[in-house]
Amino acid sequence: MNAAKSRISPWARLSLGVLPFLLLVLAYAVGSHVRRAANPADKLLPSLDTMAQTFWRMATEPDQRSGDLLLWSDTAVSLARLGSGILISASIAVGVGVLIGYLPRARAMLAPFVAAISLIPPITILPILFIVFGLGELSKVMLIVVGTAPIMTRSLAQAVMDIPDEQIIKAETLGANGIQMVIRVVLPQIWPKLFTAIRLGLVPAWIFLISAEAIASTGGLGYRIFLVRRYLAMDVILPYVAWITLLAYTLDRIFYLLSRRLFRWAHLEGESL
Amino acid sequence: MSFVEVNDVAVSYENFPVLQHVNLEVAEGAFVTIVGSSGCGKSTFLRLLLSQEEPTAGSIRIAGVHLPPRPTPDRGIVFQRYSVFPHLTVTDNLILPLEFEHSAVFGRLFGSARQKLREQVETILQRIGLTDARHRYPAQLSGGMQQRLAIAQALLKRPRLLLLDEPFGALDPGIRRDMHELLLGLWQETGMTVFMVTHDIAEAFKLGTRLIVFDKMRHDPGNSSAAGATITYDLPLRRPTTFVDEFARTSISAAATLDASVSILSKDALTTPGVEQ
Repeated sequence: MNAAKSRISPWARLSLGVLPFLLLVLAYAVGSHVRRAANPADKLLPSLDTMAQTFWRMATEPDQRSGDLLLWSDTAVSLARLGSGILISASIAVGVGVLIGYLPRARAMLAPFVAAISLIPPITILPILFIVFGLGELSKVMLIVVGTAPIMTRSLAQAVMDIPDEQIIKAETLGANGIQMVIRVVLPQIWPKLFTAIRLGLVPAWIFLISAEAIASTGGLGYRIFLVRRYLAMDVILPYVAWITLLAYTLDRIFYLLSRRLFRWAHLEGESL
Repeated sequence: MSFVEVNDVAVSYENFPVLQHVNLEVAEGAFVTIVGSSGCGKSTFLRLLLSQEEPTAGSIRIAGVHLPPRPTPDRGIVFQRYSVFPHLTVTDNLILPLEFEHSAVFGRLFGSARQKLREQVETILQRIGLTDARHRYPAQLSGGMQQRLAIAQALLKRPRLLLLDEPFGALDPGIRRDMHELLLGLWQETGMTVFMVTHDIAEAFKLGTRLIVFDKMRHDPGNSSAAGATITYDLPLRRPTTFVDEFARTSISAAATLDASVSILSKDALTTPGVEQ
């Protein structure tokens, strides 16, 4: 039997998928046990039990100083920044992407510019953003925009250019004017690509979010883990990292499933991740 | 005055001639099939008629009017691929031209207005045998179904000229025969003029009332760019249905059969406009 093409049952698929996670947890538990056996006060690899307790406390008990449920207030603040940034990036990507992809003149003017902007390491812009927009929310959202808008714009411009010429010609012979063409032929076909661009944009977006929060912030997931780093509080940091990962994964799945549901036509052929 | 007048048209890409000295007059209602080897410019010629490309020299007039610079609804087109919109269901592909017409800005109707259009295209769905597939997307249709949809969609604006660029090139022979019947039926009902590019000589003879052949005027192995292609043969054919029916219905004598073949291929029927003089 050819292993490359062999079919697997759903049950086997699930077990195989869970296995690496279990191994990771197991390896951690063993490491933690060994270290704590040598030194019961070890802070580096706290027990799974300790981490669960700390996480539960942060989710359910109000913080003594602020009175907030820290996990939820941090999550809300971070997701608001991430959401605003991605929303602005997506709007820019659609607007500029369609211009570049659809109009040769706009392409000639904007494509090299967007390509150049996309090569600036966004973190180098951060000091400028702090100086211009202050240390508030705006500079953090702008960092996400600077970091994600150019690549999302490029992928949407490419999506527009990938629409076969035949379709544009055909629409013209069916009586479409320029605006109708964009609204009925071009935009509907790039929505699935926008969802893909958002999913790919979320990866750097999280990096920039956490970075900005680590450098100057008074709340948020990134702020918290860099704050408690001073106390070597691995029992907070590790669950937070897992929580951020879970949030990122959930967001990715939401956009994937939404795309499948809203744009069924785009998911009819082939398997997609 | 002929319906389509092509006057000494040439096309070249950066000094590389593709078409040269193309002259053609076609009466309204003709079914012109175009054959020729790959890369001989037959598809380019079709794109000229569609205003997808502009001739480098010469002029093309349809109904006495010079071609506009862009494609217009009076000329329908069916390509071999990408002819229908993948993001629209069968019904929505068909009502799209009507939506363009009725909604000037968004090209989109809602609610009862949209429902009314859907009912309007019901008879068309029946005609092309896609009633049960009306809610499917093109990717869920077979090749033949997609092309039936593409033809129906192209005819919705009632074009006087229908252009077909190897529309059945990717279809099975059996499906192809069904498509021929559909196309001939529509052609006879509408009285439109048809230009169809094909690789299949038998198909060209079967469907056309006139067959034109594109080929290079000079075959120079050392310098393939020396001359572009032009129309080298222009054969008037008898109306395909009567021609075929006659064979089937009456048992014609061998002499009559020979006679018929000769009339198709006889020397006076052959005109070679490019190299005449």
